Amino acid sequence: MSTPHKETTFSRQLDMALWKKLLDYVRPYKKECLLLALFMILCAGADALYPQFNRIVIDRFVEQGTFRGLGGVALAYAVVVSLQALAVWAFIRTAGRIEMGLSYDIRKKAFRRLQELSYDYYDTTPVGWIMARMTSDVTRLGEIISWGMVDVAWAVTIMAVMLVFMAVLNIKLTLLALCVVPLLGLISYYFQRRILKSYRDVRKTNSRITGAFNEGITGAKTTKTLVLEEKNLGEFRLLTGTMYRSSVRAAVVSSLFLPVVMTLGSIGTALALYYGGARVLEGALTYGTLFMFISYTVQFFDPVMALAGIFAEMQNAQAAAERVLGLIDTEPSLKDTPDVAAVYGDNFTPRKENWAPVRGAIEFRDVSFRYKEGEHVLQGFNLSVRAGESVALVGETGSGKSTIVNLACRFYEPTSGSVLIDGTDYRKRSLLWLHSHLGYVLQTPHLFSGTIADNIRYGRLDASDDEIRQAARLVNAHDFIMGFEKGYETQVGEGGGRLSTGQKQLVSFARAILADPAVFVLDEATSSVDTETEALIQKAITTVLKGRTSFIIAHRLSTIRNADRILVIRKGVITESGTHEELLLQKGYYYRLYTNQFMEEGEEALLD
Amino acid sequence: MKNTFSSLYLFMKGQRLLYTGAILAMGAATLFGLLTPLVIRYAIDTVIGGKEVAAPPLFAGILHLFTGLFGGALSLPEAGGLFILLSLGGGVFLYLKGRWAAMAAESMARGIRERLYDHIQRLPYAYHTRAETGDLVQRSTSDVETIRKFVASQFVEIGRALFMVGLTLSFMIQLHKGMTLYAMAVVPVIFLFSFVFFMKVKGAFKQSDEAEGRLSTTLQENLTGVRVVRAFGRQCYEEERFDFRNREYQSLTYRLIALLALYWGVSDFLCLLQIGFVLFMGGAVALQGGMTVGTLAVFVLYEGRLLWPVRQMGRILTDMGKTFVSVKRIMEILEEPAEEDHPEAGTPPIRGEIVFQGVSFSYDEGCEVLRDVSVRIPRGATVAVLGPTGCGKSTLVHLIAGLYPCETGEILIDGTPVKRIRRDWLRRHVGLVLQEPFLYSKSLRENIGIREESPRDEDVHAAARDAAIHEVIMEMEKGYETAVGERGVTLSGGQKQRVAMARTLMAPYPVLIFDDSLSAVDTETDAAIRKALAMRKEKATTIIISHRITTLAEAELILVMDKGRIVQAGTHADLLAAEGLYQRIAALQNDLAEELSLVMEGEDENGRSGHEYTS
Repeated sequence: MSTPHKETTFSRQLDMALWKKLLDYVRPYKKECLLLALFMILCAGADALYPQFNRIVIDRFVEQGTFRGLGGVALAYAVVVSLQALAVWAFIRTAGRIEMGLSYDIRKKAFRRLQELSYDYYDTTPVGWIMARMTSDVTRLGEIISWGMVDVAWAVTIMAVMLVFMAVLNIKLTLLALCVVPLLGLISYYFQRRILKSYRDVRKTNSRITGAFNEGITGAKTTKTLVLEEKNLGEFRLLTGTMYRSSVRAAVVSSLFLPVVMTLGSIGTALALYYGGARVLEGALTYGTLFMFISYTVQFFDPVMALAGIFAEMQNAQAAAERVLGLIDTEPSLKDTPDVAAVYGDNFTPRKENWAPVRGAIEFRDVSFRYKEGEHVLQGFNLSVRAGESVALVGETGSGKSTIVNLACRFYEPTSGSVLIDGTDYRKRSLLWLHSHLGYVLQTPHLFSGTIADNIRYGRLDASDDEIRQAARLVNAHDFIMGFEKGYETQVGEGGGRLSTGQKQLVSFARAILADPAVFVLDEATSSVDTETEALIQKAITTVLKGRTSFIIAHRLSTIRNADRILVIRKGVITESGTHEELLLQKGYYYRLYTNQFMEEGEEALLD
Repeated sequence: MKNTFSSLYLFMKGQRLLYTGAILAMGAATLFGLLTPLVIRYAIDTVIGGKEVAAPPLFAGILHLFTGLFGGALSLPEAGGLFILLSLGGGVFLYLKGRWAAMAAESMARGIRERLYDHIQRLPYAYHTRAETGDLVQRSTSDVETIRKFVASQFVEIGRALFMVGLTLSFMIQLHKGMTLYAMAVVPVIFLFSFVFFMKVKGAFKQSDEAEGRLSTTLQENLTGVRVVRAFGRQCYEEERFDFRNREYQSLTYRLIALLALYWGVSDFLCLLQIGFVLFMGGAVALQGGMTVGTLAVFVLYEGRLLWPVRQMGRILTDMGKTFVSVKRIMEILEEPAEEDHPEAGTPPIRGEIVFQGVSFSYDEGCEVLRDVSVRIPRGATVAVLGPTGCGKSTLVHLIAGLYPCETGEILIDGTPVKRIRRDWLRRHVGLVLQEPFLYSKSLRENIGIREESPRDEDVHAAARDAAIHEVIMEMEKGYETAVGERGVTLSGGQKQRVAMARTLMAPYPVLIFDDSLSAVDTETDAAIRKALAMRKEKATTIIISHRITTLAEAELILVMDKGRIVQAGTHADLLAAEGLYQRIAALQNDLAEELSLVMEGEDENGRSGHEYTS
C-alpha cells in the first residue's frame, strides 16, 4: 500500500499511464465529449468568420459604392451570430455537465475507497490531507479535463480556420503576419508557468498567515499572561512582509505578461500593415483583405495563449490526478478473504441471512502485534473473556490497553496469533459481521450533524421513534432531551457542537444501546463532567453493560469497581488480574491507583 | 455604505498616492489602446489612400511630432513603427497599473492584517474567554482577502470601464457623431443585462457554495468519525448520505453553470449584434462617403475593445456588496475597545506583598463573582486557595495579574493600587500559569524559553527539571527540538501543564500564581514540583489554587472560598479543627482508610486469595 508521503511526490514528466487511467473516467461521457467538440468547432468557426465579414463589407460595398446585396450579407451575419450564441450556450452546458459528472464520479469512487480503508490508513493520514484531495484536487481535475477540452478544441479549430482563410488569400502575408506566433506561444507558456508557481508561493504563505492568526487568537490569553504581544507581533510582521513580497512578485509577473504579449502581437500587426499596405498600393490586395489580416493578427493571440495556459496547467493537474488516483488505488490492509466475502457479502451488500450468530466469547490466543514500523506492543498475549463478562482495563498511557481493544474489535488484526470469537478465528467471518454486533462509546463522543433522533438512530437504522425514546430513557438521556424546545428533533450542530460533553456522551450511549450489541466497548472519558451528569452516565454504563461482553478502558472508580474482572496492563502484559477486592489485597499498581483516584474523585465531588 | 467607504479610505492611508498612480496609469493605458487603431486608420486612409483626414487632436499632435521627426508624411514601415511604439506605451502603463495597484493593495492588506493581529492581542481577557476562534480567523483572513481583491482588481476594473466608455465616447464623437450613436446603441442594454442577470443569480451562486459546504461537512464528519462508522458497520449508510450531498452539489452547481451558459449565450449575442450594427451601419455610411474606410475600421476595432469591460461590470458591481460586508465585519473587531492603562499608571518596584481591600467584582451587571474580599498576603508567603467550582477563586488571581479591571475596592501590590501599574510591567512580575495553558507551535526549547531573546540551554533544562518535565522531554526522539502543536507531537494534558510551568519558571517572578495548573498532573509529580519550587533561590510569593489536600496542607495560609467570599482562612491545623469544606476534604482520607480496612477484614474472614492470573 502506498503511504500519503509517496502519493504527494509527483514527477515532472508527462505520465501517460496516469492520463490513460483518467481517460477511463471520461469514457462514460463519450457522447457529451463528441457534442462538445462539435459545438466548439461551430463556435470557433464563427469566431474566425467575423473578420471575413469586415473584408466583405469593405470590398464589396464600401469600395464598390453599392448597397446591392448588403441586406443579404447582414442577414448572413445575423444567422452566424445566432448560431454562435446557441453554440456558446450549448458548449458551456455540455462542458458543465462533463465537469460536474466527472467530479461526482471521482468523489463517489474515492469515498467508497475511504470507507474500505483500515484504521492504519487513518492513523498515518491527516484528515485535512484527505479533505484537500476530495475537494480542491477533485474540483481541479474536473475543471482541467472539461474546460481543458473546450480550450483545446476551440484553439485548434480557430487557428486552423484562420490559417486557411489567410493562406487562401495571400501566403506570404500570412507567414509574415504570423511569424511572431511561435515566439508568442513560448513566451506565454513561460509566463503562465511562472505565474502559477508564484501564486502557489502566495497560497503557501497565506496558509501560514491563517495559522498565525489561529495561534494568535487561541493563545491570546496565554500571550497576555506572558506579555508576549510585542514578540508575537514582531514574528507576525515578518510573515506579512514575506506575504507582501511574494504577492507583489506574483502580481508583477502577471502584469508583465499581457503587455509583453501585446507588444509582440503589435509587431505582427505592424508587419501585416507594412507588407499588406504595400500590396494594396500595388493593387494586389484590397482594403478589406488588409483589414481582415490585421484583425486576424490580433485574434491569433487568444488561442495561442489558451493553449500555452493548458500546457502550463498540465503539471498541476497531473499532480492532482496522481494524488486522487493514488488515494483510490490504496489497498485496505484489512480485507475479507474472497471465500468469506462469498458467504458473508461485502460492506455495501451484506448477506446477513448467512451470518453466524454472535454470543460474545472472545479469546486472544498467543497474539503479537505491532503498528507499522513500530516496536511490538503485544507479544504472545493470551486472554479469554466469557460471553457476557465485563472486563476493565487499567494502566498508563501507552501500556497497550487501546491496542487490546482495537484487536478485539478487529480494527487491527494480530501480526501473529489469532483472536477467536465464540471459538472461531474472526478472520473466517467478515469485518462487517463483527462490527455490526459491536457497540462502541468513545472517550470523546462523536456525533454527526442532524437531529438528536438521527444520531440515536445511527445505532439501528430501522428503529422506530418509540424505540429511540426507549433507548434514551434507558440511559437517562430522555429528560435532558425533552428539556430542549424541539426535543428529539433538536439539531446537534456540526460534530454535536451544540450539546455539552456530558450530553453527547449520553446520546452516544443511547445510540449504542439501540444497536443491542453482543460486544460492547467503552473508552471512558478522563475529563470530568458535573456531578449530576456523571451520576447519569454511571447509571447508563451499568444499563448498557448488562449481559454483554464488554471491554472498558476505565478511569472512574465506580466503572472499574463494577466490572467482573479488572486487568492491569503494563507494557503489553497483564500484571494484575482479578476483582476489585482481590486486586486491592495485592497492594500493587491497582492499590495505588485506587487510593489516588479515591481522593481525586472525592475532592472533585466535594468541590462541585 | 458611506461608513464603509470612509473605512476603506482610512485603510488606504499611505497608499493613496500609489493607488491614484495606478488608476491614472490605467487611464493612460486605455488612452494608448485608443490611439493604436488610429494608426491603422492613418495608414489605410492617408499613407495608402492618399487622403488627408481630420484626427482627434491628441493623435494629430503625436502624428505631427512623428512626421516632424521623419521630415514629411510617414511611409508604411514608419506607420508600423508608430503602431508598435504606441502599443509598447500602452503596455508600459498597463504594467505600471498592475504593479502599483498590487503594491497599494498588498500594503493595505498587510496593514489591515497587522492591525487586526495587534488589536486582537490587545483585546481584554474577558473578550477572549467568549471569543469564537473560527469566526475571528475567518474575518482576519477571508474578509481581508475580499477587500484586497476589491482594491487590487475590482475597483481598478470599474475605473477601467469608466475610462473606456468615457474616452471611447469622446474619440468616437471626434471621429463621427452619427456613428457614435450606432456604436453605443446596444451598450446600455449589454450593461443592464449583465447587471440584472448577476443580481438575479446571486442566489444560485450562494446555493452552490452552500451545497459545497454541506458536502465537505459530511465528508469531514465521516472522516473524523471513522471509528464510529466502522464500529456500527455503517459504511453503506454513510455512502448513501455522501452520495446525496455529492448529487446535490453536482446538480446545484450544474444549474448555476446552465444559468451562466444562458448569460454568455445572450451576452455574446448582444455584443455581436452591436458589432454587426457598427459594421453594417458604418458600411452604409462609408459607401455614401460619410466616412473613410479607415474610420470604419477604427469603429469596428473600438467596439471590440469597449464591450469586454462593459459586460464585466455587472459581475463586479453585484460582487461589491461582499466587500462592504467584509469591511463591516473587520471594523467590528477593530472597534472593540482594547485594554488600556490608566494614564498615571507607572512601573513601581514589585516585591510581592499583595493586599485586597473590600474587592467586589462582577463580569455582568448584577452577578457578583467576588463580594467584599479583604486579605493580606505577605511577601514570600505560600497561599493555597480552595473552593467549589464558580466560587470566584480564579477571578481572584486573575485580578492580581490585571487580566480584569478591579473596579470596586482596591488591590495593592507593595502599596501601589494595581490599576496604577502598567499592565505589561505588572504581568512581567506576576507569573500566572493557567489551568489550560497554550503552547505555541515551536519547539519545546523555544516554548520554554519564549520570553527570552536567546535562552541558554542550561536555564531551559533547569526550568524543565523544576517542572518535572526534563526526563520526559529527553526521552522524546528529538528531545528539546521536538515541535509542539499542529505539526508536532501531541502532549498529554499533564505534560502541557508542566511545559507551561517550566516556561514560567524561566524567569524570577516575585509573584507566582498557579491557577489549578497541575490538575492533570498526578499527585506524586505534583509533590515533586512543589518540592523543587521550595528549593528555588528567591522565594516568590506563591498562590496555588488546588483541590489536593496534600498540596493545600503545606501552605502557610489556606483560603477557603464560597460564593465569592473568603469563608475560612488559616493554616492546615486551624482549618482541620474548624467545621467546613476543608475538614470534609480532609475527612476523605479517613473514608479511604475505612474502606480499605473493610476489604482487608473481608479477606481475613474469607481467606480468599486474589491471584488468578489469566496470562
